[in-house]
Amino acid sequence: MIRRVSLAASCAVLGLAMSFAPSSAQAERLIVSVSNHRVTVTPNYSGEELVLFGSVEKDASTPASRTAYDLVVTVSGPRADMVTRRKERKFGIWINTDYRQFLHVPAYLALFANRPFDAIANPEVQRRQQLGLNNVLLTQRVGPDYADVVPNDAFRSAFVRLRSEHGLYREDTSAVTFLTPTLFRTGIPLPAAVPIGTYNVEIKLFSDGALVARTETAFEIVKVGFEQFVATTSRQDGFVYGLVTMAMALMTGWMASIVFRKD
Amino acid sequence: MQLYLPIADIPVNVFLLLAMGAAVGFVSGMFGIGGGFLMTPLLIFIGITPAVAVASVASHIAASSFSGALSYWRRRAIDPALALVLLSGGTVGTALGVGTFTLLRSLGQLDLMIALSYVVLLTTVGGLMFWEGLRSILRVRRGVALPMRRSGSHGWIHGLPLKMRFKRSKIYLSVIPVVVVGIVIGFIGAVMGIGGGFILVPIMIYVLRVPTSTVIGTSMVLTLVTMLFATMLHAVTNHLVDAVLALILMVGGVTGAQFGARAGQKIRGEHLRLLLGLLILAVGIRFAIELVIRPEDLFTIRETGGAA
Repeated sequence: MIRRVSLAASCAVLGLAMSFAPSSAQAERLIVSVSNHRVTVTPNYSGEELVLFGSVEKDASTPASRTAYDLVVTVSGPRADMVTRRKERKFGIWINTDYRQFLHVPAYLALFANRPFDAIANPEVQRRQQLGLNNVLLTQRVGPDYADVVPNDAFRSAFVRLRSEHGLYREDTSAVTFLTPTLFRTGIPLPAAVPIGTYNVEIKLFSDGALVARTETAFEIVKVGFEQFVATTSRQDGFVYGLVTMAMALMTGWMASIVFRKD
Repeated sequence: MQLYLPIADIPVNVFLLLAMGAAVGFVSGMFGIGGGFLMTPLLIFIGITPAVAVASVASHIAASSFSGALSYWRRRAIDPALALVLLSGGTVGTALGVGTFTLLRSLGQLDLMIALSYVVLLTTVGGLMFWEGLRSILRVRRGVALPMRRSGSHGWIHGLPLKMRFKRSKIYLSVIPVVVVGIVIGFIGAVMGIGGGFILVPIMIYVLRVPTSTVIGTSMVLTLVTMLFATMLHAVTNHLVDAVLALILMVGGVTGAQFGARAGQKIRGEHLRLLLGLLILAVGIRFAIELVIRPEDLFTIRETGGAA
């Protein structure tokens, strides 16, 4: 709970800082909420969908001509380091040869918009605001440097493609629907293999190709129940975990020899 | 019924796992082997990563070999002295194996090494068994008597120093080859997720000349202890043992083994060897095909840590 409060506070600070960034004065305010701030993953969890809804609040300084808005929602999960490896044919068999390290990249990443990114803003704004999987910053270690590479880089595109196949990276430019010109909603699908941790949701409002408002919210995914207990114990207390597994194996074997005893 | 495996990190069907456990248990009971060489590939084929499969199958084999070892112990078919000497090598081999496993995993070559060792080991052992079984069947058909073991035919192994008397097996043998066999079995067991019974038993019979009365019971003791040790080491170093997965496999496995053992008694020895040889060969070839054909996806991703 404490964590969320501090997060909300930092969001507010960020929002304040951002309000000075766009040249036009902050004429719109975004009010958003997710349907559930704490998703619990139980043993029979097979994925679910959160709903994010919100509205665009105009004030007196909003230009009267401004009626059409575009919205981009970026959901990014806990960050982790990952390695992408490529197989090549060597001596007639397929072997992992080359690899690339991805540093501190989100384990879950979803980008939703109400229409294609190209229609929302020009390529320069798309790149600066990281709109779309092609523009999101995915830091790689390239030799001694840390950098992102061009979107069509073999390792980067394979990385994005593999994450997308597992439903962990996704991009949908028709997921955000405006119910009224100022009221919007979007679904956030969470697959069965969703990583646990804190998920940041960043909502950006565009009008005429420029960012006009921005806000953040967050939700948390926790695993509960026996499975999570097992996973945590195995990581934090490998020795005890090993002992218990050994005891379990011996018990099962012993029980079987009693149950099926023939002599 | 879907169940989420905590370490393997995938949802699986409980009944599928139970059925796999029972099927492998049936085969292992029929042939008197641990069945790890079948279980690990099956788990890999249903989508569990080779690393988790190898580590979890270790505890599954421990359970089935413990129930086997108990019944052999009651029948006094275990040679404690021989088992101890084998074990001294077995524990060293297991520790080396888990060390190698961890190293290969960090290099990203673990899956390849597991597949390669399966290909080499299974096609060789399976091929030899199949050939041997076929030959003895043909010999029986032609009515030629099986050549008996020539007593007193001592190979170079029996000329080694540090000889020791193994009372229950009634053999007088150097401890060096016994320890070496223990190391080798422990090593490949830890790296490949197999008990090694299907290699150990032939080696003990043909190389060490251990009588058949004690060979299976004693090999089960080695399997039991090396697999328990491997479970522990995999749990401490790699955190890859999936206890939930292991428990389901164990329950299916020990049940299937009982029915398999009964079925095995109805089949002739040489037919049994021929069948087992074919089975081992088939698994080996399956791995070989996987290595040679172009993979569906040339890229793979692995998390290396830092997840919040």
